[in-house]
Amino acid sequence: MKRILTIALLFSASITMVSCFDSDKPNYQYMPNMYKPVGYETYGEYEVFDNVTGGSEAMLPAPNSIPRGWQPYDYPDTNEGRELAKVELTNPLPVTQKNLDKGKEMYDIYCGVCHGDKGDGQGILVKNEKILGIPSYADPGRVITEGGTYHVQMFGLNSMGSYASQTNEEERWQITMHVMNLKAALEGTAPLEIVAPAEDVDGGIAATDETETLEGGDTQEGDDHENEEQH
Amino acid sequence: MTTFYNQLRAKLMDNNITDRMEKVPYRNLPKKWSFIALVFLLTFSFSQSAFASTSFLPTQAVDTAAGEKLFKANCAACHKLYKPATGPALFEVGDKYDREWLYKWIRNSQELVKSGDATAVKLFNEYNQSVMTAFPTLTNEDIDNIIAYTYTKKKTVAPPPVDPATAGGGGISNNIILAILALMFLMLIIVLVLVNKTLRRFAEAQGVELEEKEKSTPIWKAFVENQFLVLSTSIFLLLAAGYFAYGWMSQIDVNQGYAPVQPIHYSHRIHAGVNKIDCNYCHSSARKSKTSGIPSLNVCMNCHKNIGEVAAETLAEGQSEYGVDYNAEIQKLYAAVGWDEATQSYTGEEKPVKWVRIHNLPDFAYFNHSQHVTVAGVECQTCHGPVEEMEILEQHAPLTMGWCINCHRETNVNVADNEYYEKIHEELSKKYGKERLTAAEMGGLECGKCHY
Repeated sequence: MKRILTIALLFSASITMVSCFDSDKPNYQYMPNMYKPVGYETYGEYEVFDNVTGGSEAMLPAPNSIPRGWQPYDYPDTNEGRELAKVELTNPLPVTQKNLDKGKEMYDIYCGVCHGDKGDGQGILVKNEKILGIPSYADPGRVITEGGTYHVQMFGLNSMGSYASQTNEEERWQITMHVMNLKAALEGTAPLEIVAPAEDVDGGIAATDETETLEGGDTQEGDDHENEEQH
Repeated sequence: MTTFYNQLRAKLMDNNITDRMEKVPYRNLPKKWSFIALVFLLTFSFSQSAFASTSFLPTQAVDTAAGEKLFKANCAACHKLYKPATGPALFEVGDKYDREWLYKWIRNSQELVKSGDATAVKLFNEYNQSVMTAFPTLTNEDIDNIIAYTYTKKKTVAPPPVDPATAGGGGISNNIILAILALMFLMLIIVLVLVNKTLRRFAEAQGVELEEKEKSTPIWKAFVENQFLVLSTSIFLLLAAGYFAYGWMSQIDVNQGYAPVQPIHYSHRIHAGVNKIDCNYCHSSARKSKTSGIPSLNVCMNCHKNIGEVAAETLAEGQSEYGVDYNAEIQKLYAAVGWDEATQSYTGEEKPVKWVRIHNLPDFAYFNHSQHVTVAGVECQTCHGPVEEMEILEQHAPLTMGWCINCHRETNVNVADNEYYEKIHEELSKKYGKERLTAAEMGGLECGKCHY
């Protein structure tokens, strides 16, 4: 009888030990002072901010502040602004293989789900009938230009939202470059001409200067890694 | 079957014509009448197609299937049938405007607005002056087909009968099974004891002598007397205790399998799995910053401005398999971001969503997403597991230091087309005398790399 009791006790003990971790709650910590940040974390909720934002650390930047590497964009988010951008605005980046590759990469992430890898409006969301009516870039009803493509990425159009929060200026222009190539392929015309790649490798001053001013945070981060490794 | 269908169709067309002839004198009757006629026609037709039954009847048979295709390819980006989107809802649009006017509007709405057409100007202003794309290539026939399609009735799918036993998820039924098992186990013990007792009683009654155990030295005394046994047992116990203590201590703050309930039920399975949206689409800062970021709600709205409700099958699947009403979850998003579906505009009343952070490195360890995603080209799934299959996201990796280091030891650094590492790779491959280097050999094990 006693033995049965001990077995039962051991059994229940092991069960409670195994079922201890509750997947709804994080595990316990030892000396949490070492784990928790001293500073406020980006999306953290803190009492200090109760009167400012209702507790959230994340705040809007001060009005009229400009992020590093960001260039002002003067065309307003109106029909007139779009028409003007369509006519006036051109791609400041040189057509290089690197820019085109990056453009394709970004396009496949952000645009391809709806517009399709070929720009024919047959992305996976369209095929799954989640979002419908995505036009082909070669649609005769719309005249797609570099400026227009950039403007729409910046502000969105109709059901399409703005992609300004997910991409930076350089990436948007690289995507534009890829879109123009897709459009050319759909219409059967010649793709963009790649400017002499030799010049790019040599570090053609004009080209690199341009990308550096545009790239901002991105380039800097890359440089940091390089430096880190060399020290 | 097809001939039967054609006959039926011809009959329907006849009906239509008589309907038209009858209708002419009563043109001013309320719209209800035409609606009733439509319902009548629909009930007699086998397909979902309906025919415009109002004053302007197309001269030839309309093809709703073709209309559907055209509608989905051209109009659906801005128009829905039963709900306003960027443009108005198009259900029964043929009744609202004159057909000739519609032809003109669809081919070039801006021309019509500029010409000062009162209806056009009113409509343009009503919908925030968003310019409708011109469709000069659509023929009258195409437009007729599209308009015929807009008469398609809303499909109502009856909600699947929710089985109360399965609706609560697997947890309850598992518990019930466990309880039953435990009960059976208990009964078995009781039965055994009872059987034992009765047998003994029987033996006594029959006069069978039960072997009495000899009184020997109690086992614990024998054990204490045997010094070797005591030594080896205590060593064994110490080792076992050490083993369990180590195991217990090394799971402190390890949150593998942590899957908290989020304020909005967001299914990675649907977004990243079924619809194959790239991880970077929403977690766009993983490419270029330390954190992968919690996507702000404007990113959700890039798609959900358009997708206000899920497909009927998805809804049914969510309710029966996960006990979640996906449409209600989308409504939570709208409430948080302050989106008014009826007016298709933001109200400005925002309520931040308090997402629960799952992956959380202690503050004394440095981790940078961009270095792993962009520079090293590591797949998100390497650390985060099969996210595209997770209905509820959970922490896949233990995120312990040993886990980090293992990967650094095993993973070769991808140096092809990677300028970041060109120079250092050249020097190090000379030093180690091999072509491929692991992250560890490039300094991925140095304390200061992660603990600063």
